[in-house]
Amino acid sequence: MLQKVYDWIDERIDITPIWRDIADHEVPEHVNPAHNFSAFVYCFGGLTFFVVVIQILSGMFLTMYYVPDIENAWKSVYYLQSEVAHGQIVRGMHHWGASVVIVMLLLHTLRVFFQGAYKKPRELNWIVGVLIFFVMLGLGFTGYLLPWDNKAYFATQVGLEIAEQVPFIGTELKTLLAGDASIVGAQTLTRFFAIHVFFLPAALFALLAVHFILIRRQGISGPL
Amino acid sequence: MSKEKQQVSRRQFLNYSLMGVGGFMAAGLLVSPIRMAIDPVLKKSDSGDYANVGLSVDDITTEPQRVDWTVEQVDGWYESEPSKTAWVYKDDNDEIVALSPICTHLGCVVSWEGNEQYPEQFFCPCHDGRYEKDGTNIKGTPPLAPLAVYEQKVENGILFLGNAIDRKGA
Repeated sequence: MLQKVYDWIDERIDITPIWRDIADHEVPEHVNPAHNFSAFVYCFGGLTFFVVVIQILSGMFLTMYYVPDIENAWKSVYYLQSEVAHGQIVRGMHHWGASVVIVMLLLHTLRVFFQGAYKKPRELNWIVGVLIFFVMLGLGFTGYLLPWDNKAYFATQVGLEIAEQVPFIGTELKTLLAGDASIVGAQTLTRFFAIHVFFLPAALFALLAVHFILIRRQGISGPL
Repeated sequence: MSKEKQQVSRRQFLNYSLMGVGGFMAAGLLVSPIRMAIDPVLKKSDSGDYANVGLSVDDITTEPQRVDWTVEQVDGWYESEPSKTAWVYKDDNDEIVALSPICTHLGCVVSWEGNEQYPEQFFCPCHDGRYEKDGTNIKGTPPLAPLAVYEQKVENGILFLGNAIDRKGA
């Protein structure tokens, strides 16, 4: 049945070359853990992406209950955590995944660094990777505020004070992030929500696309 | 090349006009959203009014005392009455001093003689930041600037406090 559906579509729009182009490529022997177990270090990048996918999915479902409003944000999180079946699990995935992403990302960075895989001709991809790292930190920072509990509030307070230390534009930068010159409040929460759920993910997808296109173009760096 | 009359080919002309129109449309699309996003930065912050902190000037001693009061705060569409805190005392010249308790290091809350080891000082529990009685940060502790000072005025013997004004680092 599925084969028939596939054939019907393929006959009309010839999709086979499209996915073959994406999926069909040789994995070099030196990066295959089945061949040589120490090659597991090459998995960190893929694992980072895997956890990112978990973050995106769990985050999408969390927004079914979450409201970015200072009166109700904490209550909505409490509700989805305690009253909604499996809500605790989905929020747990998002909560712990946020840390795991950073860990995986750092391991991936260390592998690339110590193998010298960032060297010519892959400098551009290293730069893109560093940008991805910053976007991830931004996601972590903005997401931390959303439960609107005391920890979130004061962590954001401190984070904004750090942003304020930036030379020359610090004060403006802080206001731009917080939505108010002196208050961390209703406008801060909506802003952080927008940044966390729309702006940074958009930037992340674009950067990841470039990251993956470059690695396919240039191939994985050779064995040590 | 330079002597000849510069000709714009039909293709170039079309390219330029399409880029121009496209750029114009993109700019037109982005102006309002960007202006909206940066509005908080450009909005003038209204200077705060003085608030009655419910403390008679006669009750102010040379020992800093903690004063709490509430102000009306408008945060976009959300109005609230948050509480504020100051450490108030009379200095050697009999002038009233009202210090903000917000640590200039990373924004925790300091208290007078908050640590038994450091009498006659303000102490921040977060990173052991310390300040002299006049709010000057003590060298070798994390804060790099003195505690902010509240604008103040006295009416009918009652203390009124306004905004906390930051002081430059030593």
